[in-house]
Amino acid sequence: MNWVNAIAQGILLGGLYALFACGLSLLFGVVRVVNLAHGDFAVLAAYLALVVITTTHVPALLTFVIVAPLFAMFGYGVQRLIIQRSLEVSPLTTLLVTFGLSVVIQNLLLVTASADSHSFDLGSLISASFRLTPELSIGYVPLMIFVTAVVVLTGLQLFLSRTAMGRAIRASADDQEASSIAGVNTRHVFGIAAAIAFATVALAGLALGSSSSFDPSAGPARLIFAFEAVIIGGVGSLWGTLVGGIILGVAQAVGAQIDPSGGVLAGHLVFLAVLALRPQGLIRARFAV
Amino acid sequence: MLDVNELTVRHGYLQALTRVSLRVASGETLAIIGANGAGKSTLLRSIIGLHQPSAGSIRLDGRDITALPPHARVRNGIALVPEGRRLFPSLSVEENLLVGRASGRPGSFSLDAVYQLFSWMSDRRREPTVHLSGGEQQAVAIGRALMANPRVLLLDELSLGLAPTMVRRIYSVLPQLVQKGMAVLLVEQDVTQALRVANRFQCLLEGRTTLEGKPADATSAQIEAAYFGLAGRTGPGSAA
Repeated sequence: MNWVNAIAQGILLGGLYALFACGLSLLFGVVRVVNLAHGDFAVLAAYLALVVITTTHVPALLTFVIVAPLFAMFGYGVQRLIIQRSLEVSPLTTLLVTFGLSVVIQNLLLVTASADSHSFDLGSLISASFRLTPELSIGYVPLMIFVTAVVVLTGLQLFLSRTAMGRAIRASADDQEASSIAGVNTRHVFGIAAAIAFATVALAGLALGSSSSFDPSAGPARLIFAFEAVIIGGVGSLWGTLVGGIILGVAQAVGAQIDPSGGVLAGHLVFLAVLALRPQGLIRARFAV
Repeated sequence: MLDVNELTVRHGYLQALTRVSLRVASGETLAIIGANGAGKSTLLRSIIGLHQPSAGSIRLDGRDITALPPHARVRNGIALVPEGRRLFPSLSVEENLLVGRASGRPGSFSLDAVYQLFSWMSDRRREPTVHLSGGEQQAVAIGRALMANPRVLLLDELSLGLAPTMVRRIYSVLPQLVQKGMAVLLVEQDVTQALRVANRFQCLLEGRTTLEGKPADATSAQIEAAYFGLAGRTGPGSAA
């Protein structure tokens, strides 16, 4: 029965990874930028939430109402002012620039917030759970994060397939030049894609702070898990991202069940196996439905 | 309506266009002919804003649009059907057409109007464009450009890779557009086809205008000379 429990916890953990990965996937699929600062932006969002909690006394779980829109605007600005400019120099420049952003964010947080690790104070909710069977209990917080991930991915999928902006995003991902001569302002469209990606990264940061702890240097490890989820699931497929996150989560949980220190390693091994046997990912699709 | 004045465009060290001027009025069709590498596509791409000229200006109804990005030119009433069609592979036929509406220019073209122009299209509007034949894809590319309600329509090598009957069928929609007062500027390697539909033509050779005039006024020997650069360089406008 422990195995069932490990798989269940792994699936829920996969929701967190999918939440981390969908912004990375969107930015890569549409703007063709590998955002090496993705994990650090999530950590930054968690710190921002901490500031919001201490100044306004908003409950930790409601900070997304403030943090996600702020991060969306922030993302639009970062895209238009920094990433777009480096993109027009060369695609490789964006790697250097986002790596630089990663270093800058980590050090700014270190200077302003110290190296102490933090987590959100959720009161009794943090350990609250309900029992499905005598040996299988589901925590409320991991379940909430999983549901959030599914809601975000569903919303994103609907937005991309049903709205005019979503159509413009998919068209620009296909062929930026053709999109611009069809009348699409591609820089604005990329800005919107980045805004959405940053809003999801803010949610991922809040999920991180709610379910475990974070410190200024927590970002890069999160970036690796997000990368792995994207690659396992298939680049450019949102549902693939969820599947990838779940597979990674289950691999880690089952690995930890076999050997308590082997969780992360098991995740990496599954990732490497997918990369070797099916490099296009398990689900193959563009941002089309 | 569209007024290109002494346009010079460079690709790195290569000078693709040298002081090319042209003018297309409402209801008129101007054909740009010339061999491979003469600068025809560069000319259209510069007019839509994909290349920045190093000298010269582009005006639309007297308004200088030389510095505008492509999407702003579309909003001002220019649309390009690009070489190779460049449809969006992950979008359906109808979605491809709807992207053409991004500029929000008001006008008579809607999905229904495009479906009326190409009667087969509405039945297949939910299909991805990769399922379509080359000619059908070309029609979707034209439809997408029309959805922007342009006043100046730029057509780049419509005949490329299509069977002659298909080329004729595609070109058969042109009179309806010109009748609405659209100005059409088309680039073709198929000279016969181009001269059949155009009121005027302009021949480019190595980025310069070597001959311009009305199709009826130019002899095939003159056109051949201008096209291949035979019999010395004829000066711009020599047959006009």
